[in-house]
Amino acid sequence: MKLSGWGQYPSVDAEVAMPLADRDVTALIRSPELGRTMIARGLGRSYGDSSLAESVIGMGAMDHFVSFDETTGQLRCRAGASLDQILRVFVPKGWFLPVTPGTKFVTVGGAIASDVHGKNHHVDGTFTDHVSLIRIATVSEGIVDCSRSVHPALFHATCGGMGLTGVILEAVVTLKAIKSSMIEERTIKAANIDEAVAIFDDNGDATYSVAWIDCVSTGKDLGRSLIMLGEHAESGGLAVHHEGRVSVPVNMPAFLLNRYSVWAFNTLYYHRVSQPLTTRTVHYDPFFYPLDGIHQWNRIYGSKGFTQYQFVLPKDNGLEGMKVILERIAGSGRGSFLSVLKVFGKENGNDLSFPMGGYTLALDFKIDAGLFAFLDELDDILAAYGGRIYLTKDARMSRECFRRGYPRVDRFIETRVRYGADKIFNSLQSQRLGL
Amino acid sequence: MRNVMIFGATSAIAEATARRFAERGDNLYLFARNRERLAVIADDLKIRGAHSTAFDVWDAGDRKDCESMVTRAFADMEQVDIVLIAHGTLPDQKACERDVETALREININALSTIELLTLIANRMERQKQGTIAVITSVAGDRGRQSNYVYGAAKKMVSTFLQGLRNRLFKSGVNVLDIKPGFVDTPMTAAFKKGLLWAKPERVAGDIVRAIEGGKAEIYTPFFWRWIMLIIRNVPETVFKRLSL
Repeated sequence: MKLSGWGQYPSVDAEVAMPLADRDVTALIRSPELGRTMIARGLGRSYGDSSLAESVIGMGAMDHFVSFDETTGQLRCRAGASLDQILRVFVPKGWFLPVTPGTKFVTVGGAIASDVHGKNHHVDGTFTDHVSLIRIATVSEGIVDCSRSVHPALFHATCGGMGLTGVILEAVVTLKAIKSSMIEERTIKAANIDEAVAIFDDNGDATYSVAWIDCVSTGKDLGRSLIMLGEHAESGGLAVHHEGRVSVPVNMPAFLLNRYSVWAFNTLYYHRVSQPLTTRTVHYDPFFYPLDGIHQWNRIYGSKGFTQYQFVLPKDNGLEGMKVILERIAGSGRGSFLSVLKVFGKENGNDLSFPMGGYTLALDFKIDAGLFAFLDELDDILAAYGGRIYLTKDARMSRECFRRGYPRVDRFIETRVRYGADKIFNSLQSQRLGL
Repeated sequence: MRNVMIFGATSAIAEATARRFAERGDNLYLFARNRERLAVIADDLKIRGAHSTAFDVWDAGDRKDCESMVTRAFADMEQVDIVLIAHGTLPDQKACERDVETALREININALSTIELLTLIANRMERQKQGTIAVITSVAGDRGRQSNYVYGAAKKMVSTFLQGLRNRLFKSGVNVLDIKPGFVDTPMTAAFKKGLLWAKPERVAGDIVRAIEGGKAEIYTPFFWRWIMLIIRNVPETVFKRLSL
């Protein structure tokens, strides 16, 4: 079956198995088809080639809740459970995800493997910072429970480890108590990147913060943004989200996405807010998941697909580096409908987790002939400023770029070998990156 | 809060439907072959809001004990509001062509075991004078095709049985619902290439719950299969027999 990530690039002809129980997973690991690469996959929302291999273990049927402690908020669930399902069941009971990425259509296993972050990274860290235990099917040790105290090396390699240490079967996540499903949102307009960063710094105590950044303006307007801050409301009920009804049925012609449409969109988006500060109370769904309402929005980039370029630059000199990169992107005439800027908090100790203290920017690029050469140039700038690229979004970075960005990679490989994973678990991405 | 019995409770469509029932706080009684998976599903449904869950191991291919099991479950629940029969297999058509035993076994699981259950349940529901019996058949029963006519024939037998049963139970106030799904993306169909016509079990589950609530006699799910099958049923046999469907 032809399979690709969310960016529809690249694709692979894969055989997909859907295990129903732990023993099915163990059987798949024990009898790999000779010479075929194997990797687990959740809902396929990583953008590039992280969940692509010749043999894919689809975790969708192992999506059960195992237990829930109503006093502590500790949820034990199977790896295939989606954040969408967690919200659906637990929001009415007054619980929310401790950390959520920009889509709720990811599995818990995927959230751990990508060590996803959200708008509260600066105060609450990543998803796995709220995971106390992972049950994982390994090659050499069978099914193992790992945590910060038991099999700690395996735990720190698995959190952010892109499924390359084994198949995550189950996890314990601590949910966050809420009084309401509404969010008090403040939107602040920033005339340029300096102002935007200053607003992030001034609002370091806000629970949620993120900026939509205009990536086509230059000069004094470089990096003009709308910064959105959010707090859980104290009242407003515990209504759960609705299912999205709109869908992009087929791939759109790629020419619709060009420098003019991107310019128009970015300009209109920036000017949709006229006041320097606006406030409103919104449901969590549009606040956290603005694109989830349109199913298959990835098709607007056309059949050749797109890639998301998300990087982080360390705080020191990072702002300067960000300006250099923004200038290059604006000057290239490429660009993205919506680009996202965020200031991260401190990094955690996981081997391959993406976030580090500094600035992160994410942009979508339609794939065309010159794109990868252009992104290689951006990689060089990134290297000069000590940045790294998010593996979950990546479909094309070089080994050198990867190694420069992830200094703990040797420790990761060591753990991978210790648990026998290097011989069995390989994605197109891990092969490309030499993991 | 309703009392719901589900046969074939580990099937993807049944499970997605059970989750809908659980969310509204129903009491659920589950039947399937695999005890371990039943226990996992029962715990999950409890967390999702089911008022209570119970389960019993039941193998559609094995006739003994079926009656006592049904009797026990009806006694336990006292009143049953909804029975959903969802078990089934997707036979290997070629294997059925080669081997009589295989063909008959598939017919037994996909048709006779359902009819056995329906016979036992119908009498109890008739006495109860209310409730819904919902059975998952298939669009494949609408016309025999060379690629899966053993499966299609079994499903058609059940559909015809349901028509008669609906007619009989009408005066007792019991509704009989025939659910005809098209292509559904489940572990049973994991090996198939998926296209535009494929639906997720969650979508099918939503249609099933609505049809039960609406007292429908027959549904195609997703809805467009009604029109696809209308066309397929009306292709003249002289043409149809030449097609490679």
